[in-house]
Amino acid sequence: MPSFVIMEKCDGCKGQDKTACMYICPNDLMVLDKETMKAWNRAPEMCWECYNCVKICPQQAVDVRGYADFVPMGASVVPLRGSEDIMWTVKFRSGQVKRFKFPIRTTIEGSAVPDGGYGEVTTDLASQCLYNEPAALKLDALPTTK
Amino acid sequence: MANFETVEVTTDILLCGGGMAACGAAVEAAYWANKNGLKVTLVDKAAMDRSGAVAMGLSAINQYVDINSGNNTVEDYVRYVRNDLMGIAREDLVYDIARHVDSSVHLFEKWGLPIWLDAEGKYVHEGRWQLMINGESYKVIVAEAAKNALTQQGGEYFERVFITTPLLDGDRIAGAVGFSTREDKFYVFKAKAVLAAMGGAVHVFKPRSSGEGLGRAWYPPWNSGSSLAFTLLAGAEQTCQEVRFIPVRFKDAYGPVGAWFLLFKSRATNAFGGEYMVERKDELAKWGSYGAVKPIPANLRNYLGMLDEFEGLGPIYMRTEEAIQKIADQYKDDPKAYKKKMKELEAEAWEDFLDMTISQAILWAGTNVQPEEKSSEIAAAEPYFIGSHSGASGAWVSGPKDLAPADYFWGYEYMSTVKGLFCAGDASGASSHKFSSGSHAEGRAAAKAMVRFVLDNNTQPNVDAGAVEELKKQILKPLDLFAEHAAKSSDPDINPEFCKPKMFMFRLQKIMDEYAAGVSAGFKTNRPKLERALELIGWLKEDSEKLAAEDLHELMRCHENIQRMWQAETHVRTVLFREETRWPGYYFRNDFPTLDEANWKVFVNATYKNGEWEMKKVPVLSIVD
Repeated sequence: MPSFVIMEKCDGCKGQDKTACMYICPNDLMVLDKETMKAWNRAPEMCWECYNCVKICPQQAVDVRGYADFVPMGASVVPLRGSEDIMWTVKFRSGQVKRFKFPIRTTIEGSAVPDGGYGEVTTDLASQCLYNEPAALKLDALPTTK
Repeated sequence: MANFETVEVTTDILLCGGGMAACGAAVEAAYWANKNGLKVTLVDKAAMDRSGAVAMGLSAINQYVDINSGNNTVEDYVRYVRNDLMGIAREDLVYDIARHVDSSVHLFEKWGLPIWLDAEGKYVHEGRWQLMINGESYKVIVAEAAKNALTQQGGEYFERVFITTPLLDGDRIAGAVGFSTREDKFYVFKAKAVLAAMGGAVHVFKPRSSGEGLGRAWYPPWNSGSSLAFTLLAGAEQTCQEVRFIPVRFKDAYGPVGAWFLLFKSRATNAFGGEYMVERKDELAKWGSYGAVKPIPANLRNYLGMLDEFEGLGPIYMRTEEAIQKIADQYKDDPKAYKKKMKELEAEAWEDFLDMTISQAILWAGTNVQPEEKSSEIAAAEPYFIGSHSGASGAWVSGPKDLAPADYFWGYEYMSTVKGLFCAGDASGASSHKFSSGSHAEGRAAAKAMVRFVLDNNTQPNVDAGAVEELKKQILKPLDLFAEHAAKSSDPDINPEFCKPKMFMFRLQKIMDEYAAGVSAGFKTNRPKLERALELIGWLKEDSEKLAAEDLHELMRCHENIQRMWQAETHVRTVLFREETRWPGYYFRNDFPTLDEANWKVFVNATYKNGEWEMKKVPVLSIVD
């Protein structure tokens, strides 16, 4: 059913107003049941399997089961996302397991400086250059046909 | 009427959307606005960290011109795009995005995006214009810079507010209204300039998977045609609304094929080993000069594969095992290097999926696919509206002063034909192949022009309070309809007084699929079919007044599907108007089955004003030889 919540692990983000999965789902699918204090996916057939709810859950309480209308059963793909890289465990229907680790960013979370360190290069609003160009292009001038 | 608080926000520059284009706009707008004492406000229907088409991540940046290396010029890129779109492109816009895009990519790298580097520290190219990245957090990083720019320079952003309708003051944009998807609040944004950057459209056509896999569209299901509906209903002229995109991808999960074709040099063959790109070469000659260019236009490549499928030669396979073997053969005399290379290839192949289409990894694992041993099926997906990729649909916007022919220039680049309404990303048309990076660059360029526009027109447009109240009533009506009638039926979804958004969407998808050249119609249509589609869409439009919603989530779905409905009608009318077949791998007009350069090498533009459609031909003007 695309993403689903593992009842045993979900703590409803400890009674906060919104859960992490509700906050992040780009398609507004995750909801908190205030009675059970468990989150759930209200429309699995509209789920893109983007895994953002899986990656963000502090309890690792969200998993994905491949679309039942075309994926044979038994496989799983589980991420563990840190601040610098992501680990993936891919389990095949046959039982075979593969693991992969990929970097996700080269800087500290939150540290992105909008001008990228190129600074204010063009301060003329009439120029076709954007404010950190042409330096950010690594060119001397912006190309033009005239 | 449902009891919603009205929240009024007055700003100078309103950015509608939170994807790549809007994040680019935020960075540039925040700088110039801060310098000139203006305020910037961004509104996103989701959370910026993971909103838009890059929400899952990407495994490649598809537009990097690499001007600095001297290997490519901006003109080269313009020629590539022009050919890929069968001659129909706004060269001034393609040129402008191409000359700015490298700086967006350099910013991404500084912000923390890992771009693959070779032993000499140079970017690893997947193809001539494509860079390989470790892109799981691509959108998180780009959104972080946008949010930092806004918050550090006096701007603000709203998340989980869904924009439905433009506000106008005569022929000038005055803002936008929408509602929170989290609390009972109706939002009224008043602005001097507005950017539409709310993505393309998915689920207008019936997808191949219609059960649980309905959501596994190639482009994200939350792209509901917001940009088209918003700009169309503001009165903005539209262009290339017939130029849908049909991606050929790994079948069912829609995993990317770019790395396999470009990086691993894989072949695609039919079930009997025939290679349609070779065997059907003569077919290309029927498509004018475009059939002779390299690379062969995406839609023609699609078409050759479709011909195999139509003739019963499918399934079509990506020959992964052959491609990997070929690479491995280069190391056959060195077992250690061979082992290392195979390990590397395996990681690269899986990362390609895990970064951007995790479902494809699940499908491969679920079917025990070892790509070095066995081919995988590829297939043409359902049609999408995505002006940033190899489609071209979007609003007709002004070009830049130094590039645009006079007929394509009206003062502010990326401004639509409505004063103060700017467009970027999937919202602006005829500037294909901008992808994630080019959309970001286009957003930046549009934002700078918006600041110029506001300083030249520094008055707050009038917003009629009575008209806003009427809009509020109309937008919240689905909640009222449900509240009024639900108790009359045993089933909340089945009621003669109203229609729920899900079935409304299925009704639209069925019309488009069967009459407007969807998957089950073999991507073929003709005048009578298109006219029948318009008749059926007409009744659907009437019934959109009867949409009902149980809660805020469903209210959003109601309005998303109204947006899809407008996208559908605009598409059908434009396909009907163009009496030729120009992109045979996107759609085929059986009543006009050939390319007609003499009469149709033109843009088709559509405008909807006061309930009337106006369709017209607009000349294609070239700026690059």
